[in-house]
Amino acid sequence: MKITVNGAEHELASPPLTSLLNALRDELNVTGPKVGCQGGNCGTCTVLVDGEPRRSCLLPLAMVDGAEVTTIEGLGTPKRMHPMQAAFHFYYGSQCGFCAPGMITASVALLERNPNPTRKQIQNALGGHICRCTGYVKIIDAVEAVARGESFDGAELTRSRGGEATPKGASA
Amino acid sequence: MSHTPVVLTPASADQAVSAFGDGSGVTVIGGGTIVMPEIAGRRASFSKALLLSGAGLAGITRQGGVVRIGAATTLQALIGATPDPLSTAAQRVGDYEIRGQATIGGNLCAGPGRETPRGDLQAPLIALAASVRTAGAGGEQVQPVEDFLESGPAGRLVLEVEFSEPTRGAYTSMGRPHTHVYTVLSVACAETPEGLRVAIGGAGPTGARAPSVERALADGASVEDAAARVLDDVEPQDDALASAWYRRKALPALVARALADIGKESG
Repeated sequence: MKITVNGAEHELASPPLTSLLNALRDELNVTGPKVGCQGGNCGTCTVLVDGEPRRSCLLPLAMVDGAEVTTIEGLGTPKRMHPMQAAFHFYYGSQCGFCAPGMITASVALLERNPNPTRKQIQNALGGHICRCTGYVKIIDAVEAVARGESFDGAELTRSRGGEATPKGASA
Repeated sequence: MSHTPVVLTPASADQAVSAFGDGSGVTVIGGGTIVMPEIAGRRASFSKALLLSGAGLAGITRQGGVVRIGAATTLQALIGATPDPLSTAAQRVGDYEIRGQATIGGNLCAGPGRETPRGDLQAPLIALAASVRTAGAGGEQVQPVEDFLESGPAGRLVLEVEFSEPTRGAYTSMGRPHTHVYTVLSVACAETPEGLRVAIGGAGPTGARAPSVERALADGASVEDAAARVLDDVEPQDDALASAWYRRKALPALVARALADIGKESG
């Protein structure tokens, strides 16, 4: 079986009923998607399969033969973050970070199919994603910010937007 | 898994049917949302898996007032593309990712879960007087969805579901705020060519028709009186989601609400 992960093609040796999640993590060492519930209930293993968000724990490899898979690693890098990654950082949408790989990929996919979602639509789209820090409000704020076109140019993991060191809400 | 099962990936419906054979020893994987957690939890043991994703069994077609839905059609694909009560029921299952993977065939074959009922599309399909085309020993067979649910999916490969377009339909369900809590109770009703049909989900191992409610309405009973008859048709049980007592209290109200939604005046 063959899959393309974040642009690189891989021939896989794992058995065909191995979950995509386990193949990514154990065979390809792509550890962004996390192992949470392994039952489809928590959302943190979510990746994009041919552009659509899917639970990688629920997909047997044999069902994704030939597919193009994008994980959180494929969206951006610490120096060149995807706007959604930058927004999650800037709005404190990621606390412990365990849910972020799923939250962010699902949010990117949401804006692909609905560029201007209402707050309720964002809640619905992320309804299957559990944040164990309960940081939902900030996560939804981050998705809204990307949807309304806020720019995160120059954002790095160690800094806030535009190279300024003042996070939102902090006193000057 | 103690050993690696044989995995069959048919590329057409015909190949799927012959790979399935009489179904003995074959575990069918439609979308994978039911089987994969079983594998991850090491509860699954099977020697042969049949993956339907490449067999061309997905799709919705309409002809002469009849809606046909391939077994591998995803729940997400049903939303807005099929009539109520099916469309709304599909919308309320899981989340976008789960609905994009789970299939109508799998939902129809879902037995009760370990702690809760599942198969939320079963009641809507009963209300729509759907029939199921399956393959297995003795060849193809078409039977009413209620008969299929009663005999169970063992030995049968679901190929297609079909029903006549209803004039109206309604779906009322009671869940919990979080998307991944299973439906506690649901009521599906449809005005079909053969009359109004009512079916209940969450009050037994599979969806079930409510003939006493239908008869009472046909006899001119008020919506409230007809709805109260639902407890003659199903016997709610305790499970992890709700007690039988709670379900008995809530179900008649839910039936009345569904009947109001479909346009029955309450008396």
